[in-house]
This record gives sequence, structure tokens and C-alpha cells, in this order.
Amino acid sequence: MGVIKDPSGQAIVGNPRCGDVMKFYIKVGKDIKKGEYLKDVKFQTLGCGAAIATSSMITVLVKGKPLKEAEKVTKKAIAEALGGLPAIKMHCSVLADEGLKKAIENYRKKS
Amino acid sequence: MKKIYLDFAATTPVDPKVLQAMKPYFAQKFGNASEQHSLGQEAREAIETSRNKIANFLGASNNEIIFTGSATESINLSHKGLLEALASSGMKKFHIITSQVEHKAMLETCKHLEKLGWANVTYLPVDKFGMVSVTDIENATTEHTVLVSIMYVNNEVGTIQPIKEIGNLLIKLNKRRTVNHEPRILFHTDATQAIQYLDCNVDRLGIDFLSLTGHKIYAPKGVGALFVRSGTPLIRQMDGGGQELKLRSGTENVPYIVGLGKAVEVSAKCKVQRVKSIRSLQKLLISRILQFPGVKLTGHPIKRAPHIVSFVVNNVEGEALVLMLSAAGIMVSTGSACTSNSLEPSHVLTAMGVSAELSHGSVRFSLGKHTTEKEINDAVRIFEEIVQKLRLMAPQI
Repeated sequence: MGVIKDPSGQAIVGNPRCGDVMKFYIKVGKDIKKGEYLKDVKFQTLGCGAAIATSSMITVLVKGKPLKEAEKVTKKAIAEALGGLPAIKMHCSVLADEGLKKAIENYRKKS
Repeated sequence: MKKIYLDFAATTPVDPKVLQAMKPYFAQKFGNASEQHSLGQEAREAIETSRNKIANFLGASNNEIIFTGSATESINLSHKGLLEALASSGMKKFHIITSQVEHKAMLETCKHLEKLGWANVTYLPVDKFGMVSVTDIENATTEHTVLVSIMYVNNEVGTIQPIKEIGNLLIKLNKRRTVNHEPRILFHTDATQAIQYLDCNVDRLGIDFLSLTGHKIYAPKGVGALFVRSGTPLIRQMDGGGQELKLRSGTENVPYIVGLGKAVEVSAKCKVQRVKSIRSLQKLLISRILQFPGVKLTGHPIKRAPHIVSFVVNNVEGEALVLMLSAAGIMVSTGSACTSNSLEPSHVLTAMGVSAELSHGSVRFSLGKHTTEKEINDAVRIFEEIVQKLRLMAPQI
């Protein structure tokens, strides 16, 4: 949780009307073996327990991973890593998934 | 970790005196009240004693009290039973007036009646404090109006509705309607949140139906009652052995009925003192919470039940707040969309004109007869810490 100053990419998803807003910050590193990878990932979330949990879990799941792998993390994988989510809260994992992908996209556009 | 329960508007623990009164009716005095033998008659007597306690409390007669399973059931019985009775007397068109801030038990019952084509329903708006206007009620009446149904105290924000004024209005309108051969307009109130704190005398208030439940007044969950003014048309919604004055069949739940009577008796005994002490704790809680930035009181500033303090906290989501408070031992409630099955913001706050953004950060603290000043102070301190934490966690938009 928190902010990365001078991030390689960032994205904000959701809106306060719906009650969930997530912001992701990524720092991309380069490695001979991994290529471009997520050196650091941080989030800020305004939302319910499930929104906070899914945004936190996705950062745990993708930290240190190559970008290509990080992009493949699914909403299902996030929910499973949390030990399951109630059906009505599944949209929170969708938002986390979408947020991270957009942060990576934002990085690619810049570079 | 010490737990601080501040959710007494959701439910209350069973009072030890209530539990004590109930105990013999599970295993020893277990008779069926419909039987003639001594065990049966013992159960019958217990039920009638309890009925008498509730009747006394409401200023009603014994034959005007029906035991039910919940306030929800009481509301369903009164609304559906009234329309069925009127329809069977030959009337065809029915109009009901209620408000947008009623409990779901009321709103869903009314929607059901609309869906069946049994009634047209007007859902009156409220002002920014959640208050219904008596003039709006008068203006909404039509020649087909047969029922006005307005809750006594709003469960989410604590606003006290002008029940006595509505009662007076209907008495005035009904005099005119009788002359014009129009149907009388009956008055139902859901008094669930009012029983412990406000005047519930049905004659003084001009009420024809009153719904109440046990578990908000230190009786167990699963028992409620309906007051039906003598002579009011009503058809049972549960067919069977004809229990409860032939209006609610099913073998009587004797221990719970005994518990409800005892709870009403206990509640009535020290009402004045309780109102005074809870009111002073409420003042303390409101003044402390409002010192915190970005917090706004919801509901009426003065005309509110003494046990409910509700507010909205900006840039914080209510469910996350409730979960974190719970982890710190403090139990409160939220009207946040995230906790509802529909993911819609609270219909009460929406009707009061509170924006969806703010509604997400709604919190309700509700006090009980054993709440202490120390509990309030501790809860406020932890609340402030957690709000700060959550705000740090939230992105700046």
C-alpha cells in the first residue's frame, strides 16, 4: 500500500460514485533473464474490504514478475489467492486486474 | 480485546430478566396452549398475561394484540390482511400512502401489493433530514386511500416522524370522509425503533395498526406483535388452527411470547431514566464525532431517537470502516452499497438527497441501555484512528 514517487507507470480505475477507486503505481526494472519486470508495485484504494484485499493481493502476486507474466494474472487467480470471494464481490477483483493492466499499458505508452 | 457493541438498533442481547421469565416454558411448562389440561392452560395463561402487558403498554385492549414472528410479519399481515378484508367487502380500488424511507419490510410489502394489482402506492419523498411532511400526506390522499403507513423512527438515521400529527390529520379527514361515504383511512406505524423511547399510546397517536418486534427491546429474535384496533377489517394471512384470535394460525411460541411481554414490561418501567441517560451519551457522541474533519451528521438534528447516531464520512468507504472497526473490537453498522445485496446505496440516504459518493461512507452507531461514557470515548478514539488510516490508503482524485 502506498505511493511510488516517480513511477514507470500508473493508472486509476473505478469511480467514487460506485464506491470503489483503485490507483496502481509500478516501477519497471530490466533484467537479462526476465527482461522487463515489475520491480515494485503499490496501490491506493478507496473501497470496501474486498476492494482493498484484491488490490493488495494483486500487488503480492505480480511483484518481481516479468511484465508479460504479470499481465496474465486473472481475476480468478486473485480471488483464489484470497481463498475465494463472494459472488457479489467478484467485480472488485475485476477492477484490480483492470487497474494493473492499465498501469502497465500506461508504462508502455510512455516508453 | 474488549468488545464495544454499538449496534443496538440492529439487535439487542436478551435481558437476563427476560431470559429468566422465558426459561420455565421450554422444558417444564411446555404445554400447547390449545389444550384443556393443566399444562395447556398454564401456557394459555402465560400467553394472555403477556398479551395484557403489551396491551397495557400501548393503551390497548387484550383482544387488539396479535403475536407474530417479527415486525416484518406484522407489517405483511396488517397490509395484506386489510386489503383482502376490504376487497371481500366489495371495495375495488385501493390506494396506500407510505414514504421512501420505510424499512424494506414495508417497501417490499407495498411493491408486492402493487405487483398483484391490489393497490396503488404513493411513496412520499422526505426532506433532507428524512422527515415526511404531514401536508404531503394530506395532498396525496384520494377517494381510494385506505391506508397511511409511516414508520415511527427511521432505523438508519433515527429521525422521528410526526406520528401524532399524522394521526390527528387522519382523524380530521376521516370525519369528512364518513359524511361523504368515502372509506376511512387507516393508520399503520412501524414502531420497531420507538418502543423503548417514545410515547406508543395508540389512542394518543391515533393509530389503527402498530407493528413491533422483540429483538430490538432485549427480547429474543423471532417474536413480534401487531396491534389492530378493535373493529378494523383484517383477514388472516396464515390459515390453520385459528390461534391468535383467528388471525395468525400456528401453535403459539409460548416462551418467546412470554419473553416479549417481559421485555415490554422491563422497558416501560425505567423509560424516563433510560431516555435521559442515552440522550446524554448521544449528545456526547455527536459532539465528539463532529469535531472530526469531513464528517456530517445524517438525520434530524433534534427530532431523532436517543439511541441512533448516524453520519457520513467523506473519502472513506463504509464497509471497510466497519470491518476495520470490528477488527478493533467495535461493532457498528453501515448503509454502504458494498454491504447490500443490490450494491445500491442506502435508499434512505438517497431519498434524503445524500449523494452516492457520500452514502458509501455512511456509518451508524446505536446505543443501548448498558452503553457507558467510557465505551463512547474509546469508540470515538479508535474510529478517528481508523478513518485517518483509511484516508491515507485512498487515492487522491
